[in-house]
Amino acid sequence: MDIHEYQAKEVLSNFGVAVPSGALAYSPEQAAYRARELGGDKWIVKAQVHAGGRGKAGGVKLCNTENEIYQACDDLFGRKLVTHQTGPEGKGIYRVYVESAVPIDREIYLGFVLDRSSQRVMIVASSEGGMEIEDISAERPESIVRSIVEPAVGLQEFQAREIAFNLGLEPRLVQQMVRTLQGCYAAFSELDATMVEINPLVVTGDDRVLALDAKMSFDDNALFRHPQIAELRDKSQEDPRESRAADRGLSYVGLEGNIGCIVNGAGLAMATMDTIKLAGGEPANFLDIGGGASPERVAKAFRLVLSDTNVQAVLVNIFAGINRCDWVAEGVVQALREIEIDIPVVVRLAGTNVEEGQKILAKSGLPIIRATTLMEAAERAVGAWRNDLSQNTKMRAV
Amino acid sequence: MSILLDRDSRVIVQGITGRMARFHTKDMLAYGTNVVGGVVPGKGGETVEGVPVFDTVKQAVEATGADASLVFVPPPFAADSIMEAADAGIRYCVCITDGIPAQDMIRVKRYMYRYPKEKRMVLTGPNCAGTISPGKALLGIMPGHIYLPGNVGIIGRSGTLGYEAAAQLKERGLGVSTSVGIGGDPINGSSFRDILERFEQDESTEVIAMIGEIGGPQEAEAAEYIRDHVTKPVVAYVAGLTAPKGRTMGHAGAIISAFGESASEKVEILSAAGVTVAENPAVIGETIARVMGKAA
Repeated sequence: MDIHEYQAKEVLSNFGVAVPSGALAYSPEQAAYRARELGGDKWIVKAQVHAGGRGKAGGVKLCNTENEIYQACDDLFGRKLVTHQTGPEGKGIYRVYVESAVPIDREIYLGFVLDRSSQRVMIVASSEGGMEIEDISAERPESIVRSIVEPAVGLQEFQAREIAFNLGLEPRLVQQMVRTLQGCYAAFSELDATMVEINPLVVTGDDRVLALDAKMSFDDNALFRHPQIAELRDKSQEDPRESRAADRGLSYVGLEGNIGCIVNGAGLAMATMDTIKLAGGEPANFLDIGGGASPERVAKAFRLVLSDTNVQAVLVNIFAGINRCDWVAEGVVQALREIEIDIPVVVRLAGTNVEEGQKILAKSGLPIIRATTLMEAAERAVGAWRNDLSQNTKMRAV
Repeated sequence: MSILLDRDSRVIVQGITGRMARFHTKDMLAYGTNVVGGVVPGKGGETVEGVPVFDTVKQAVEATGADASLVFVPPPFAADSIMEAADAGIRYCVCITDGIPAQDMIRVKRYMYRYPKEKRMVLTGPNCAGTISPGKALLGIMPGHIYLPGNVGIIGRSGTLGYEAAAQLKERGLGVSTSVGIGGDPINGSSFRDILERFEQDESTEVIAMIGEIGGPQEAEAAEYIRDHVTKPVVAYVAGLTAPKGRTMGHAGAIISAFGESASEKVEILSAAGVTVAENPAVIGETIARVMGKAA
């Protein structure tokens, strides 16, 4: 789960990480009021969306007057911000964060991630802050400092000092850097984060080390023990279909294609998408309905897949192991009787009791296209989609 | 002898009184697995499917001589159960549980290092379908009848995709020495490399099949190991060619977040290491058969 910048800053500052003073606003008037409260004569107004690259996309604005704050807010509120991380549909701006501008001497990149190679938490830092980490690795790899945390004892002071010195910080700033690193690590480990990124961490003209931006992601599997983090979820930043799926215990990722997929198991679901592509089609979604594939889940899955108006054919691929194909077939038939579907549906069943399953599909009288192998299923789905498309075009032509 | 699990393995089921665990205990017993007990704190003295339940893993090990364990414990408590098994002297543990917090698994891995290598428990999973040595024993939730006994060693992240591969082998009359699920989580007990090492030493395995997917460095690490240390032919399939970058595809670990983690990059890395890559999931069985034909 991702949270907003302003939330991440609040979380981190509770762990001793220094941040510029700022306040949240839901309207232009509130933003102007917040700026007056903060004082000073230079503010940054920042769109709060769950995505990086906001600056380049025009989501961060420097303002010198109250009038400029109103202008910035008018431009931001209600708009969809499209950054390199949001996809073409963008993410809606409903909150802005108003922050006092600070004089910047230098910018540092700081990231904490779960390193899957060492299976530990890794700190990644670079003196080239302000750039995306991908660009830093490509253009200035020698500037990157890495350190792995021993989970039994946590981040040690010497490790934090090493990072600070390797980044070329002056000795008078090292202690502040150590405090920042330890604060981030404590937040990461105590709150079950999967990522903390501060980019940039800045050294100000008056020798302060401040987190100018902050991003945090949390382990969904650990939210049960952090209700205060779970509360920070902002559904306006999620794909509505994906959050609806998640609420129903299904794992769904929307894609650009037009062949909907209903599959049990994540690996098989990805393999099914790949086979559709190979057969000349494009998958409309990833959908794992879980190993069990009960009739209720199949019905839910159909409703979810069909809520995507791009879907022009559906491929159901179930490998029934412990649950049997005849039972899964009953579920498919039941679902198709309940939901009216006017696009081709291809069903491929494999595993236990496959013959009985096929019989049930055949006897149902429903226009189900059956397939036995994975390749056949993908070819029939793509073929049916093409046919359906050309028939519809003909009808329209008539 | 097969790797990890054999006819003589003495198995306990942790969390045996749960609905899923009961069901699969029955299934494993029917398959011929030597299930000798179960563990649920506070339910010692009960029996499930005719096997005795104990309060602690240590008690179960003392009373039954158990050396293998299957963990069905819910996510908040699963890491604790794995460590309990490691401490009680269990040699091989499979964790089925899906949804264990990643940092709990980091702690589990760290905890296991307190034992010298020869005494350290082997863990596969979490979030896997288990391990089967066809005709001998089943430690997991897979349908036993789709596997024939044979000489193909399978290592895979995914449950149903692994079934698909086994079924394709069965269709061609080819069997499996052992199939090991390493699970779909980002922090797992054993990697492809760890299991490759065992199959390379295993006399009953002729060909090794690796079923990978997007995300993480373990396929690439395996490729390096295969290039330098594996003499047996290896066939691989990597799922997720059509998966977008930065999105989690069902498995917590199936997310492309760095270079070398996409399916096409993994295919390239594995091919360069001399692995025969099945281009699509429909030809996994066919590709293994072809390689075995060549090997014969």
